[in-house]
Amino acid sequence: MQTRKKYIFLTFLASWLLLFFFGGDQLRRFALFSGKKAEARRNWPRWTDRTLLKSFADPEELQRDGDPSLLSPRERRAAWLSVYRSSGCRMETCFDFSRCERGFKVFTYPQERGQPVSETYGKILSSIQRSRYHTLNPEEACLFVLSIDTLDRDHLSGQYVRNVDEKIRGFPLWNGGRNHLIFNLYSGTWPGYTGELGFDTGQAILAKASFDTQSFRPGFDVSIPLFSKEHPQRGGDRGWLYRHSVPPRKKYLLVFKGKRYLTGISSGTRNALHHIHNGKDIISLTTCKHGKDWEKHKDTRCDKDNVDYERFDYQELLHNSTFCIVPRGRRLGSFRFLEALQAACIPVLLSDGWELPFAEAIDWGKAAVVGSERLLLQIPSAVRCIHPERVLAFQQQTQFLWDAYFSSVDKIVHTTLEIIKDRLSPHRSRSRFLWNALPGGLLVLPDFSTHLGDFPFYYLQHGYSPSKKFTAFIRAVSQAGSLSQPILRLIQAVSGSQYCAQIVVLWGCQKPPPPSGQWPQSSVPLTVIQGSRKLSDRFFPFEAIQTDAVLSLDEDTSLSTSEVDFAFLVWRSFPERIVGFPTQSHFWDPEQGRWAYTSKWTNELSIVLTAAAFYHRYYHSLFTEFLPAGLRELVDGLAACEDILMNVLVAAVTKLPPIKVTQRKQHKEGVAQQAECRDGAAGTPPPGQRSPPAPLKGTAGSRRLSQRQDCLNRLADWFGYMPLVSSQLRLDPVLFKDQVSVLRKKYPSLEKP
Amino acid sequence: IMCASAKYNTRGPALIPRMKTKHRIYYITLFSIVLLGLVATGMFQFWPHSIESSSDWTVEKRSIHDVPVVKLPADSPIPERGDLSCRMHTCFDVYRCGFNPKNKIKVYIYSLKKYVDEYGTLVSNTISREYNELLMAISDSEFYTDDVNRACLFVPSIDVLNQNTLRIKETAQALAQLSRWDRGTNHLLFNMLPGGPPDYNTALDVPRDRALLAGGGFSTWTYRQGYDVSIPVYSPLSGEVDLPERGPGPRRYFILSSQMALHPEYRLELEALQAENGESVLILDKCTNLSDGVPAVRKRCYKNQVFDYPQVLQESTFCVVLRGARLGQAVLSDVLQAGCVPVIIADSYILPFSEVLDWKRASVVIPEEKMPEMYSILQSIPQRQIEEMQRQARWFWEAYFRSMKAIALATLQIINDRIYPYAAISYEEWNDPPAVKWSSVSNPLFLPLIPPQSQGFTAVVLTYDRVESLFRVITEVSKVPSLSKLLVVWNNQNKNPPEDSLWPKIRVPLKVVRTAENKLSNRFFPYDEIETEAVLAIDDDIIMLTSDELQFGYEVWREFPDRLVGYPGRLHLWDHEMNKWKYESEWTNEVSMVLTGAAFYHKYFNYLYTYKMPGDIKNWVDAHMNCEDIAMNFLVANVTGKSVIKVTPRKKFKCPECTAIDGLSLDQTHMVERSECINKFASVFGTMPLKVVEHRADPVLYKDDFPEKLKSFPNIGSL
Repeated sequence: MQTRKKYIFLTFLASWLLLFFFGGDQLRRFALFSGKKAEARRNWPRWTDRTLLKSFADPEELQRDGDPSLLSPRERRAAWLSVYRSSGCRMETCFDFSRCERGFKVFTYPQERGQPVSETYGKILSSIQRSRYHTLNPEEACLFVLSIDTLDRDHLSGQYVRNVDEKIRGFPLWNGGRNHLIFNLYSGTWPGYTGELGFDTGQAILAKASFDTQSFRPGFDVSIPLFSKEHPQRGGDRGWLYRHSVPPRKKYLLVFKGKRYLTGISSGTRNALHHIHNGKDIISLTTCKHGKDWEKHKDTRCDKDNVDYERFDYQELLHNSTFCIVPRGRRLGSFRFLEALQAACIPVLLSDGWELPFAEAIDWGKAAVVGSERLLLQIPSAVRCIHPERVLAFQQQTQFLWDAYFSSVDKIVHTTLEIIKDRLSPHRSRSRFLWNALPGGLLVLPDFSTHLGDFPFYYLQHGYSPSKKFTAFIRAVSQAGSLSQPILRLIQAVSGSQYCAQIVVLWGCQKPPPPSGQWPQSSVPLTVIQGSRKLSDRFFPFEAIQTDAVLSLDEDTSLSTSEVDFAFLVWRSFPERIVGFPTQSHFWDPEQGRWAYTSKWTNELSIVLTAAAFYHRYYHSLFTEFLPAGLRELVDGLAACEDILMNVLVAAVTKLPPIKVTQRKQHKEGVAQQAECRDGAAGTPPPGQRSPPAPLKGTAGSRRLSQRQDCLNRLADWFGYMPLVSSQLRLDPVLFKDQVSVLRKKYPSLEKP
Repeated sequence: IMCASAKYNTRGPALIPRMKTKHRIYYITLFSIVLLGLVATGMFQFWPHSIESSSDWTVEKRSIHDVPVVKLPADSPIPERGDLSCRMHTCFDVYRCGFNPKNKIKVYIYSLKKYVDEYGTLVSNTISREYNELLMAISDSEFYTDDVNRACLFVPSIDVLNQNTLRIKETAQALAQLSRWDRGTNHLLFNMLPGGPPDYNTALDVPRDRALLAGGGFSTWTYRQGYDVSIPVYSPLSGEVDLPERGPGPRRYFILSSQMALHPEYRLELEALQAENGESVLILDKCTNLSDGVPAVRKRCYKNQVFDYPQVLQESTFCVVLRGARLGQAVLSDVLQAGCVPVIIADSYILPFSEVLDWKRASVVIPEEKMPEMYSILQSIPQRQIEEMQRQARWFWEAYFRSMKAIALATLQIINDRIYPYAAISYEEWNDPPAVKWSSVSNPLFLPLIPPQSQGFTAVVLTYDRVESLFRVITEVSKVPSLSKLLVVWNNQNKNPPEDSLWPKIRVPLKVVRTAENKLSNRFFPYDEIETEAVLAIDDDIIMLTSDELQFGYEVWREFPDRLVGYPGRLHLWDHEMNKWKYESEWTNEVSMVLTGAAFYHKYFNYLYTYKMPGDIKNWVDAHMNCEDIAMNFLVANVTGKSVIKVTPRKKFKCPECTAIDGLSLDQTHMVERSECINKFASVFGTMPLKVVEHRADPVLYKDDFPEKLKSFPNIGSL
C-alpha cells in the first residue's frame, strides 16, 4: 500500500513536472489571458539599439529622386496617351483641354428626324439647353452631348436604340468620343446586368447611374442617380422634413419594403432582408411577386411574406421611419435612394461596390449610412447606436442634398456639368466643403472667388465676419446737365454714415454724366460708371464695388444717415439676406389660379425693393453669371421687375424671407420726380409712393402692376416653384418708440413723425 | 482546446483527497490528467504561429541583432501580383472586424524576423528607423491587439518602405509565409518609395496579392480607390529641423522651387518663369562648390548665393512641388512644414490622404501643361485665401505629416472609417485647423426650415407655490391661438399641486410634472410631454404679456427657430475698470440676452442644456439657484453663433432686477451675482459667445399710421 502510494505519488509528481516543463509557459499565458489583459499586452519591443537604425532612405536619395536621363515629361505624357485609352481614361489623357480655353460651352447635337428620344432624355437635353453653358456653335464647344438616346441600354427594353455604333461613326464631330458626355441610366440586361452599353463609347465621359467602382474611371466619369421619368424638369418637390425632433420621434427605426429576388443577381442580399424584421420598430418586408414566372421559383416563405407585404404601405413607411434600407436592385442603384433622400429617411445603403452619385463632390458619410451587404445583420444594432444629434444632422443633410442636387432633372444635369467644369481648372474649383455645405455647389461660383470669406454663406462656419463698411450703389437716370435735388440729398445722407466706404453711381442715361465738379463734395470717394438703360445692369458685378455689403439705391430714394446706419448693422447680422426699407408681398390668388402681388400695406412682406436695400455683393455675380440670359432679357424687356428677380434669386438661395427695417415716415416731396430719361412709369416707384395714400396714376399704374405680376409668374415658372418666403416682422432699434428719454436712444431721428 | 485544458488544469488538485478510497478511479483520473496535459502541451508546441513564443516579447531590452532568422527556401511560394480590381467588398474580410461598441478595428503586428535566402544572404534591411517608429506607434495606439485571433488588420513587420532596399521576389516570399497571410487578405503594407529604374512604377512592385497598400506615390491608375491609402513620403528633416510656425502673410519671394533633381525640361520652364517675373521667383539648385563636411542636402544655391534648406522655404508664399521620377516627393512635407503653399505639378498624382483631406484648401494643383501659366494662376488667388492656405498647409503637416506616428494613425483611421462608416470622423475634424475649430460654429439646426404654424408651441411654466399667480398665467397664456399644450413643472416637493378640479379650465391639454428636487434646471428638461418643437418658457408671475405679443413671439420664433426669442432683453458689457464682464439691465440700445422668464426656443436646446452643457455649469446653476437663463443664452449663442431676438417694446416686467420697489440693496446684490455668472460662464466656455445687436422684432405695421383693426397684432406694447 505504502509503496504503491509512493509510486503513485512519484508518477504524479513526474507527470506534473513534465507538464510544467513543456507546457508551463503556455499555462502561464492562460492565466494571464483570463486575468488582467492590459498588463499582459505584448507591445512592439523598444529595441535597445533603435537609435542606431538606419533611415528608410538617405536624404540624398529622397531629394535627388530619379535621374534626369529619364523620359522627358512631354514624352511621358505622350506615352500615357497611347497606353491609357478608353478603359483607363483620365482627363489628362482622354480630354482635349484646349477646346475649353474660351470657356466651358456645351453643344447638343441637333435632333434628327425620325429619331425620337425618350421623355427622360428629352428632359436632360432641355436641361442642358436651359443652362448658361449651352451653345449652338460646335466650334466653340468644350463638351458635346449626343442627340441619340443612350439612357436605356437594356436591349430587351422598348426604348433601346439600335445600331448606335454605326450612327456615331457617321458624326463628324465624334472624334473617338473625345470631349463627349454620354448619359445612361440602365445598362446591361438579364441575367448579368453588366455595365455594358452595347456600343463603343471610346474616350467619352460616361454619366451613368448604378456605376460600379471597378469600371468607374475616377476623375473622369460621373456617377449620377437613377431617377424616374416622372422626375420634374425644374424646381422639384421639396423634402419632407418639416420639423427637427430630438429624439427623432418616428414610429419606425428602420424599414424596407420591396421585391425579393428568388433567383439571379443580387438575390443574396434581397433574400436576407427579412431576417432583420422584428415587427416592432424594424419593418423589413419582401414580396416574391415580380416577373412573369415567379411562382416557378417560389419558396416556403413566399406566401406568408406576400401577405405581410400587403399590410404596409410604402409611402407610409417612408414617412414614418428614421432609417430606410436601400439595397441594390438588379443594378446597383435604385429609385428608392432618391425617394429616401427626399423623405429625410436616412438611407442605409446595402449595395457593395456602388460608386455613389456625385461622390466626387458629395460627402455621403454626412447623409447616409454606407453599410456592407455582408454585414446586414449588424445594421440594426449599428443604427441604434447612432446618437440622436447625429441623426438630426443626417436628416438635415439629406434634405439639403436633395434640394441642392437631386430634386429636378435640371439639378442633376447641372451638377454633372459643374463637376466636369471644376476639373478643367483645379485652382478655380469648388472645395469639398463648398459642395457639402449650404447652399450647395451649384450656387457658389468659383469664378467669383475661391475664398470662403467672400461669400455670404460661411461666416459662422469659418469664424469670419462680413466687412465693416459698405458701398452705396446709386442708379441714376435723371436728365443730364444738372443733378436732381434728391440725388444730392441722398449722396449727402449716405456719405454721412460712418460705415460708408465709397459711393458708386451707375449713370443709366445715354447722355454723359455731369462733370466731376458738379458732384457734391463728400468725405468718401465717389465713382461714376457709365451704364446702359437696361435695368439688369444695376446688378452687374462691377469691379468698382469693393466691399461685401452693397447699399442699392435709386436716385430718388430718400433716406437719412441714421436709417442707413441702423440698416447696415442689421445686415451684418443677416449677411445672406436682403435687408431694406420699402417692402411688398406676394400671395397666391386662388381665383385666378396664379401668383399675385401687392404693393399695398400688409401684415406680411416677401419682397424688399432694391431702391433702398443692403445685400451682399456676391448676389450681383449670381444675378449676372448664374441666372440664364433669358431671365435678364425678360426683366429688361418688361423694364419692370429686376428687383423681384433679385428677391426671388436670394430667396431661392437662402430659403429665407428678406428683412425689413424701420423707415422714417416719408415726406411726400420728391415723389412727383419722374425722370425724363425713364419711359413713363417703368422705373421702380420711389419708396413713399407705393402706399395707399398715393394712388398709382391710373392706367399706367395698373399696367405696371400687371406687368410685375406677370413677371412674378414667369419667374415662378422658370424656377419651377415660388421661391419667395413671407415674413411677419420688421426690425426696429431696441428702444424704438419706447417711453424713455430721447437722449437715451441711439436712433431718435427714426421716430420723428 | 484552450478552454478544455484550462478546465482540467484547475480541477486536478481538487481530486487528490479522494485517492485513498477510490484507487482505480484515481489512477484513471491521474493518467487522463497527465495525458491530457501532455497532449495539450504538445499541441501548443506544434501549433505553429498563432502564439509567438513569449520570450520574444517579455524581454523588453533586446537588440535587433537578436531577432530570429528565417530562411526562405528558393521554391517557397510567391504571392500573386497586386490585384487591381480589389475593393473593400471584394478583397477585404470584414467578418474579421465585427461589430463592436467602440467602433475600432483591431490591428495585429507580426513579430520581427530576419529573412535570409537559401544562401544566408539578407533579403532586406531588417527594419528601418521609420518603420520601427511606425510599428511602435501602432502598438501604442488603441487600435493595437496582441491577439492574432481577434485582429481585423495585420501589419507585417517586413519593412517595404523603400523598394530600393529590398529584393522583390524574396520579400514576396517572406510575405507569403506569414502565419495569417491567406492571399494577403486584411494585410496592410506601408510603402513610401515605390518602383525603380527605369520605369518607376507608381505602386510597390513586390507581389502582394490582396494586401492593402498604404503607398506614397500612387497615380490614378494604380490607386485602388476606397481600398488603398495614399500616404505622404516622410521627410526625415521633419524630425531634425525645427521650423517655428510663421504667421500667415506675404513673404519675400512669391514662388520658390527648391528641388535639386528636376528634369531639364521642367527646369527650363521654371527658369523662363523667373526670367519673366524677376525677383519674386527664386529657382534654387544644388550647390556645386560647397566645402567638405557641409551636408549638401541642407543647402541650396542660386548662382553664388547659398541658402539653408529647409529654412529658405519659409521665405516664400508658394513652393513648387514637381514630380520627379516618382510622383510622391518628400519635399512636399518640408514645404508644408514651412507653411509655404505647395504648388503641386504632378499629373495624375493621388495626393496624400486624399480620401479625407481637402487639398484645395491647402495647395494649388496645376496641370503640367499649364506650367507656363503658373504665375498668373497664383496671382489670381485672393490674399486672404493665401493666408488661410498657409495656415492650412502647416496644420496638415502638424496633424498628418510630421512623424511616422501621425502617418500611421491617419492611415489606420481611414481604414477604420471605411469599416465603421457610421462612426467615421467628419470632414471638419479631418480638415479644420484648431483655429477654425475654435472660432467656428456648426449649428445643429443648420437647415433653413420655417416650421409649420399648425404645430403650435408648448408653454412650460416653472412654479413653486405661487398658485394664484400661476393660475392667472395659465389663463392668459391659454388665450394664445397657437398654444398646443401647457406643462406645469411643479418644483415643490413639500407640497402637492392643487387638486385637478381647482385648475383653470383651458382649451388645450394641461399637464403637471412633479420633480424630484427643487432645481432650476428642471425648467429646461426635455420632457417627453413636449411634443412641439417650440417651447415657451414662462415664469409663473409673467401675466403682463398680451395674447398678441405671445402669438407674435411664436411667429418670430418660426422665422428664427434656432435662436432664443424672448421679451425682456439684457446686455453684457466689458467693465474696463474691473477688467471683467458686467451684467446690464438698464434701458440700453443693445441686447445680447433675453430672459427665459418669457422666451421661445427650440426643444433641442432643452436636450443640450440637460445633457451637453459644458463644464459644471448645470450643477453650479442648481446650487446657486440663479442664472439658468444666462446659461441658456450662453449655450445657444455658443452652438449657433447667432444673437438672440428680442421681440416687442419694453414693458414693466415683474422680475427680480426690475423690482425697484423691493429696495436698491437687493437689486444691487442681484446684479453682482448675475455679473459673476457671466464671468464664470465665459471662463467655462473659454470665450464670450454672446452676440450684441441693436435690433428687436416688431410686427411689420407696428406703430404705422394704419387702421389698427387691419393689423395682425394690434395689441402690442400697451402697458
